Amino acid sequence: MIAFLIKRLMHAVLVMFVISVLAFAIQDNLGDPIQQMVGQSVPESEREALRERLGLNDSFLVQYGRFAKNAVQGDFGYSYFYREPALGVIARHLPATLELVFAATLIIVLLSVPIGVYSAIKPRAVLSRFFMGASIIGISIPVFLTAIVLIQIFSIGITVTLFPESTGWGAWLNGLLSTQGSMPSFGRGYDLVHVVGHWDTNMASWDGLKHLVLPAISLASIMLPLFIRLIRAEMMEVLQSEYVKYARAKGISMRRVYFVHALKNTMLPVITVGGVQIGTMVAYTILTETVFQWPGMGLMFLDAINRADIPLIVAYLMIVGVIFVVTNTIVDLVYGFVNPTVKLTGKPA
Amino acid sequence: MTMTTNKAPSRLDRFRDSFVWYSFKRDRTAQLCLAVFLCLVVAAFSAPLLAPTDPYDLRQIDIMASELPPFWIDGADEQYTLGTDAQGRDLWSIILYGTRVSLLIGFGAVILQALLGVTFGLLAGYLGGRVDAFLMRLADIQLSFSTLMVAIVVGAVVKATLGGAFYSQYAVLMLVLIIGLAEWPQYARTVRASVLAERGKEYVDAARVMGLRSKRIMFRHVLPNTLSPIFVISTVQIANAIISEAALSFLGLGMPETHPSLGSLIKAGFDYIQSGSWWITLIPGAVLVVLVLSINLLGDWLRDVMNPRLYKG
Repeated sequence: MIAFLIKRLMHAVLVMFVISVLAFAIQDNLGDPIQQMVGQSVPESEREALRERLGLNDSFLVQYGRFAKNAVQGDFGYSYFYREPALGVIARHLPATLELVFAATLIIVLLSVPIGVYSAIKPRAVLSRFFMGASIIGISIPVFLTAIVLIQIFSIGITVTLFPESTGWGAWLNGLLSTQGSMPSFGRGYDLVHVVGHWDTNMASWDGLKHLVLPAISLASIMLPLFIRLIRAEMMEVLQSEYVKYARAKGISMRRVYFVHALKNTMLPVITVGGVQIGTMVAYTILTETVFQWPGMGLMFLDAINRADIPLIVAYLMIVGVIFVVTNTIVDLVYGFVNPTVKLTGKPA
Repeated sequence: MTMTTNKAPSRLDRFRDSFVWYSFKRDRTAQLCLAVFLCLVVAAFSAPLLAPTDPYDLRQIDIMASELPPFWIDGADEQYTLGTDAQGRDLWSIILYGTRVSLLIGFGAVILQALLGVTFGLLAGYLGGRVDAFLMRLADIQLSFSTLMVAIVVGAVVKATLGGAFYSQYAVLMLVLIIGLAEWPQYARTVRASVLAERGKEYVDAARVMGLRSKRIMFRHVLPNTLSPIFVISTVQIANAIISEAALSFLGLGMPETHPSLGSLIKAGFDYIQSGSWWITLIPGAVLVVLVLSINLLGDWLRDVMNPRLYKG
């Protein structure tokens, strides 16, 4: 067990090292800091002196050592645009992103488990087929397009005039298919409730929740089909196993067999995939936040790219790297604990 | 000596007898998807013939005719079937050209992924040892991040390093490189897994005993036997590559608006959705979804036919 733990941690450290080298290489190669600091009239000799004083003439390794030392202490330099420490900027934007990811995860868990289980138990039912068809369509729609369609339907509104307005039923159908469009389509709103530190929550007021709904649904839409399919496939496999047949033969009620006996073993692989996918969702927040102008990390990163705000880009990469590595490591460890068949100390096959 | 009467079946005959063809003949969805996909490909690559205007030619663009709705809405101009975008370009023409760009990048990126992934996967699986450990660790690290994330970061950094103008000029090449480099581990893992399964088989031993070189055994003997999983993931990967390209373009890291793909058309149209011109963004969006959906459904079918045990879900 200890060996497994140490191995995983070593792996995590190695990955962080690779990321930090890449991040530093980006910082090192993008632009000349001296040029950004001094005016045109400064002679070359003084530039050289400044360069020497700031340690820019040191070897790559020495400079990287300095960067890594500062990074470990949480110092990524000052953002060019915000003119404050880059880590502080990220800390300010982080809660918005985390709330979005949390809300999306909630939607995914609440929907994918019942739908997945249902379509595994009744694979031939009309509703299951509908869910399977819908999930492959869902996979094929890019997340930003879902977001745009949601904005069109729920915040701009659509007026359907497909059926003849003069007849009663036509008007009724048109009214049924048209939407008002009252949902907010950008930002977090102004009705935020302050919790602690940088964290203002959207989840404590009606207006805040309304702002959260569309972005959360869009973000959830990309993972939901994957989870439905995964849960369905795992559950179908489990239902074939001997112990489920035995439980059934013993006369335990079907509900208990499905939801207590079978579901437990279904969720094992789902949790591992799920943990990794929560990390992946951070990538998709860049897209969702861009569409909804949600003031989180993703939007901040994209703005930083457009402004060539290098310290902020580097800080974002490092923070996202940490998020990925931490979630992956935790998922691996949890899987190791939960699943006794994982060889904890042995070499990978 | 007697001549053999039955000659070896040709490739076409072998295909006609195959299970793939048999199940294709019985699967309506697969037939429909292939038809839709081929229609889109043919339409996209014959864009210069089909499109009424050339959207790259500034002289044919009339800014006064911008934001015209498609034909079924009042205020439409007969000249523009699907309406016009904010710059007055005919939407039908620009979608044809845009689909061509999206397909080019999608196929290009997948070819690059396959080249890298198959080579590395073969090396890792066949040679084993240090090479294997190094390559798979690399793939692990890269896969622990979302491929989209890798693509966005690489795209952003490359754009910042080379400058926006240069990046736009070589956008197709850049996107192929970025998406290709971001997704090679998928291939490498699949190929490695099949190579490990094949390596222990007798025909490989036989080839080795005959004194063939490793390179020849790898590419001429082992590779052909790992083709079906490669084929299956290729369809999914093309769909993914097209979506990744659209996402990058949507974020402004992809094709410029003067030379748009479907993704950059959606991005350009999104700025006008609040003013009621939904068609500029939603019609290219619908084309993108139909394209990706038909590829995904074909991929699903192919997976069921060729290698039912490859994936779950």
